[in-house]
Amino acid sequence: MRALTWHGKHNVQVDTVPDPQIVNPRDAIIKITATAICGSDLHLYDSMIPGMSNGDILGHEFMGIVEEVGPANTTLKRGDRVVVPFVIACGKCFFCDHKMPAACDNSNPAEKADASEIAYGYAMTGAFGYSHLTGGYAGGQAEYARVPYSDYGPIKIPDGIEDERVLFLSDIFPTGWMAAENAQIQPGDTVAIWGCGPVGLFAIKSAILMGAGRVIAIDHHPRRLELAKLNGAEVLNYHEVKVREALMEMTAGIGPDSCIDAVGMEAHGFSPDNIVDAIKQETKLLGTDRPHVLRETIMAVRKGGTVSVPGVYGGFADKWPIGAFMEKGLTLKTGQTHVQNYLPDLLQLILDGKIDTTDLISHRLPLEQAAEGYKNFKENQNEWTKVVLLPH
Amino acid sequence: MSSHDPISTDAEVASPAFIDKDNVEGDYAASSIRAAMINRPRHELYAYWHDFRNLPTFMENVKSVEILEEGRSQWTIAGPAGAEVDLVSDITEDIPGERIAWRSSEGSDVDHEGWIAFKDNAFGRGTEVRIFISYDPPAGTIGKVVAKVLQREPRVQARRELRRFKQLMETGEVSTSKATDAAPRADRHF
Repeated sequence: MRALTWHGKHNVQVDTVPDPQIVNPRDAIIKITATAICGSDLHLYDSMIPGMSNGDILGHEFMGIVEEVGPANTTLKRGDRVVVPFVIACGKCFFCDHKMPAACDNSNPAEKADASEIAYGYAMTGAFGYSHLTGGYAGGQAEYARVPYSDYGPIKIPDGIEDERVLFLSDIFPTGWMAAENAQIQPGDTVAIWGCGPVGLFAIKSAILMGAGRVIAIDHHPRRLELAKLNGAEVLNYHEVKVREALMEMTAGIGPDSCIDAVGMEAHGFSPDNIVDAIKQETKLLGTDRPHVLRETIMAVRKGGTVSVPGVYGGFADKWPIGAFMEKGLTLKTGQTHVQNYLPDLLQLILDGKIDTTDLISHRLPLEQAAEGYKNFKENQNEWTKVVLLPH
Repeated sequence: MSSHDPISTDAEVASPAFIDKDNVEGDYAASSIRAAMINRPRHELYAYWHDFRNLPTFMENVKSVEILEEGRSQWTIAGPAGAEVDLVSDITEDIPGERIAWRSSEGSDVDHEGWIAFKDNAFGRGTEVRIFISYDPPAGTIGKVVAKVLQREPRVQARRELRRFKQLMETGEVSTSKATDAAPRADRHF
């Protein structure tokens, strides 16, 4: 089959690779009808995430038609149409039992789990196409994918609804939703969201659905700010204003009730702290992450407020404003998305027409042009807001 | 721990492995203990482990196990470069539902001992499983090869074997991201 494979920093290409097969009894093979490039894939593209190998198939946002199921799979059958969560979870361990599939104990293979156990104290949960730290599973920017524990994760999609409207159930819609949920929004709250990429946009949509009184979105790409505005947010361009001062002015000195960091480890911008962080990040020794946005959220949020972090961080951050965090009495909530928990309700929102899940899509490319998609999604973030790949 | 030691920890397994990482219990040079919570009934876990023929389903290096007589089994272990070593293992302690201990007999290619203990979690979270493995590779060419693989990393081995056992018991399968020998999908029949 054809698949998008990683070969180093800013080096991805579509190769012919062996087709996946059923390996374990609960597996399914999915013929992929639509897949997408995620903002977090750019961290792999930029070689910011360790544990990548030459030839790894990327992609963790995908959907398709069930081609084949393993003998122990009683919930899926050939021909079912499904969206696959990016988190691989067994559905049987303590964490899955307690609605924390993104903390699944079992999905990272034993021989792969050592690295993240050393790095983070506990082994990471498995995920598709996201380095060998998360299991080394082949991803979904391909014609086919093997889906482990496929009787637990994938959600069946009824006929008559286009792929594009449900594809983002795989990651960015539930990720934006959980980011808003983690922001602990009360009716009438002001929520400030850093980053108007796909997750930021879904966080805006979700916050409004959850009753936020006011959403203020922060970015510097005009097209992304425009999308935020179309979704009901007020916007701040951080090239034009000082963000914290602007937020204080807009909230008459109170500050936002919640702040969401939908940017993560590779923040843009030329503030002094970020420039120092960028230099340290280049060395891979002095610091691995650029937490400029995280610092700004902690400084900007009101006293007793909540900071929610869907943005991806991987290593260590410097100059963590622990004083502001403690003295203001803040709550910090974060984590990889417990995708499986949200799927039935979020699918219903889509089917009921309560949310537009397609306005962020700027480009639709055949899988063969995936490398071009990565290059432009990275280099022209203003115009390339979301790339959908079509493998067949 | 002796009664002269200051009270500093409530860890239940009073093993040197939890106190000083360079000082381990057991008779052999390389050993490690590891604990895991498994979300299955204690007797089910005991029963699966007690049939040593099941060991190759979750022990990566154990290729096959043959039961020789009650309580005695022969293990074939894969070494590097296609080398194979054999050991004959005797069950030295067997408390149904709670604990199994085993030890290699004289004449085995590898001196090995181990135990596994099962205990109900007091708070309903499943079964607490603790595994201990220990090796003392013999001299000679095979021994050196074995040492290279085994002696250096008992900690890694205990960790991985217990993880695989937990995966198999909880989910019915051992997690893997390895690709199988794949054929073009168009050539396959359904």
